[in-house]
Amino acid sequence: MDENRNIVISAKDVEVKFRVRDKFLTAIRNVSLDLYEGETFAIVGESGSGKSVFTKTFTGMLESNGTISNGSIMFHGKDLTKLKTDKDWEGIRGAKISTIFQDPMTSLNPLRTIGYQITEVIEKHQKISKEEAKKQAIEMMYRVGIPDAANRFDEYPFQYSGGMRQRIVIAIALSCHPEILICDEPTTALDVTIQAQIIALIRDLQKELGFTTLYIPHDLGVVANVADRVGVMYGGQIIEYGTVEEIFFDPRHPYTWALLSSLPQLGVKGEDLFFITGTPPSLYNKIDGDAFAPRNEHALKIDFVQEPPFFKVSDTHYAKTWLLDPRAPKLEKPEVIQNLHEKIVAMTDKGGAFHVD
Amino acid sequence: MSTEDREVILSIKHVDVTFETGHKKKLRAVKDANFDIYRGETFALVGESGSGKTTLGRAIMRINPCSAGEILFEGKRISGKISREEDKNVVRNIQMIFQDPAASLNERATIEYCISEGLYNFHLYKDEADRIAKVDRALESVGLLPEHKSRYPHEFSGGQRQRVGIARAMIMDPKLIVADEPISALDVSIRAQVLNLMNRLKAERNLTYLFIAHDLSVVRFIADRIAVIHLGEIVEIAESETLFKYPMHPYTVSLLSTVPMPDPLVEKSRKHIVYDPSQLDQSGEEREMRELRPGHFVFCTSSEYAKYEEKMSRMERELG
Repeated sequence: MDENRNIVISAKDVEVKFRVRDKFLTAIRNVSLDLYEGETFAIVGESGSGKSVFTKTFTGMLESNGTISNGSIMFHGKDLTKLKTDKDWEGIRGAKISTIFQDPMTSLNPLRTIGYQITEVIEKHQKISKEEAKKQAIEMMYRVGIPDAANRFDEYPFQYSGGMRQRIVIAIALSCHPEILICDEPTTALDVTIQAQIIALIRDLQKELGFTTLYIPHDLGVVANVADRVGVMYGGQIIEYGTVEEIFFDPRHPYTWALLSSLPQLGVKGEDLFFITGTPPSLYNKIDGDAFAPRNEHALKIDFVQEPPFFKVSDTHYAKTWLLDPRAPKLEKPEVIQNLHEKIVAMTDKGGAFHVD
Repeated sequence: MSTEDREVILSIKHVDVTFETGHKKKLRAVKDANFDIYRGETFALVGESGSGKTTLGRAIMRINPCSAGEILFEGKRISGKISREEDKNVVRNIQMIFQDPAASLNERATIEYCISEGLYNFHLYKDEADRIAKVDRALESVGLLPEHKSRYPHEFSGGQRQRVGIARAMIMDPKLIVADEPISALDVSIRAQVLNLMNRLKAERNLTYLFIAHDLSVVRFIADRIAVIHLGEIVEIAESETLFKYPMHPYTVSLLSTVPMPDPLVEKSRKHIVYDPSQLDQSGEEREMRELRPGHFVFCTSSEYAKYEEKMSRMERELG
């Protein structure tokens, strides 16, 4: 990877707390992340690991009971954690940093035409005439693959299919040429065939427009498809990050091992699938040591006492596990994810389960 | 299992399900579905949203009426008008597991009530002690504890709630379970748990599953046979291994090509095949289910059949 890539946004030691009744829940625990220009960074983890909450801090969209209690998010020399009101966020949220959410039905207004909803955003952020905005909107609709865009401009969301609606959401998100696009499970609610189209669309638009993508996919197969780099979250922390190849072929954190091992694609019929026992940690309490330790069959004694630092695996690959300490016992990753590439190649090659002719 | 010694538990005979969509407009959500499910197998029905897979599942549950054809359970017709007695019998013996465990459990009721509901409705217990013992056993069978009884659904995680959903189906001691996307709303690691649980219960109780899903990767792991459904039409039925090895219908091929693979090198170079119905035979000949190999059915015209036959023979030569 290129050494002199520009950092677009830099989060440092971000901590997010939510006030729930009279207790505080620490949803994000000191997460740092630099995003480079033009890359696609994917965050993976179970629900409740904090992936959505973390990305919401980039656009100041935390629920009202949540606050960023520590850390900074630097974007164009501005610390985003200091922005409070909607006015402060003007010119950033929706303009420079846009988000696509999971369910296209709830992110569109059912009572407004598709055309209105796109032009609204363009007019607001670009201060141009109505005609010009409409021209741009139709142009954007063509770009995201709406056939006959000019005629469908005045239709309502219910007249569009789920996949088409998600295309409109993408058109709205991209209408102001953002620098960063956050995709929060953009294809979870869609069918696999539509999912493949939407993923390809986002990738093509990214090539063309050059924005940076922060992706939260729901499926590790999708991660493999879209990501340049991957961060794995657990218990409100990023516990391992690296290039997509490093995370899939050379994972180091036992949690990453566990996630990959439980994929049904790797399942052998008649045998049990691997699964992670126990439940994620409660974020109400202070977590001692490695948050994954209670569920980790490979846990060392120190995992329960002291939080591991990030150990360097390569220039691009870091993992937060004591297993990488020189004093730790040498452990192989589980059998099911060894030689992952060879296994998947065999599955997709001639005669393999996922080969298509 | 050879075909002969298998016992048919559920028989779907040329079933249509039609919805009225406004004045004199009709939508045939399921068109001429025709297949058997054997006792002890997991039969998967795979398709995209809108394909009619859930509608067919609901027709079996007697929620949606069939507009043509009939459904037989253990040889007896269960579609259309049946006696109260038989209706009860169906409800007891065919249970359903739903996609969203949060939405399918009564949030104002305790877990004990949620699980007992079927017992209450059918008076399937001798006395209170017997009912509680049954609830405890059901909880235990899905890996939950008896002390969970007094809790409410919201106090559980998604995976645990799905176990409750399974427990309340199991307590009826059903013969057939219609599982409608039972793991789609769950996390990867919890999916694995629920799939393992379903497999274990099936083996222990000689259950039969109709597993409705959109995800072929999951289905490969759990199903014995698979039917692919597209816009209300079943386009291909085969044993699981066969369907993956020799997918014939172009829609099956396209669906298979979109299964995301957890490997960046493979996934980034993979071609997604878009299903293009215009490539099918346009002669206007009626399509029907034709048996290409024993147990492998494809919905096609005679000229398409010849094409599939050729493809099949070629693949068999190549793959041995």
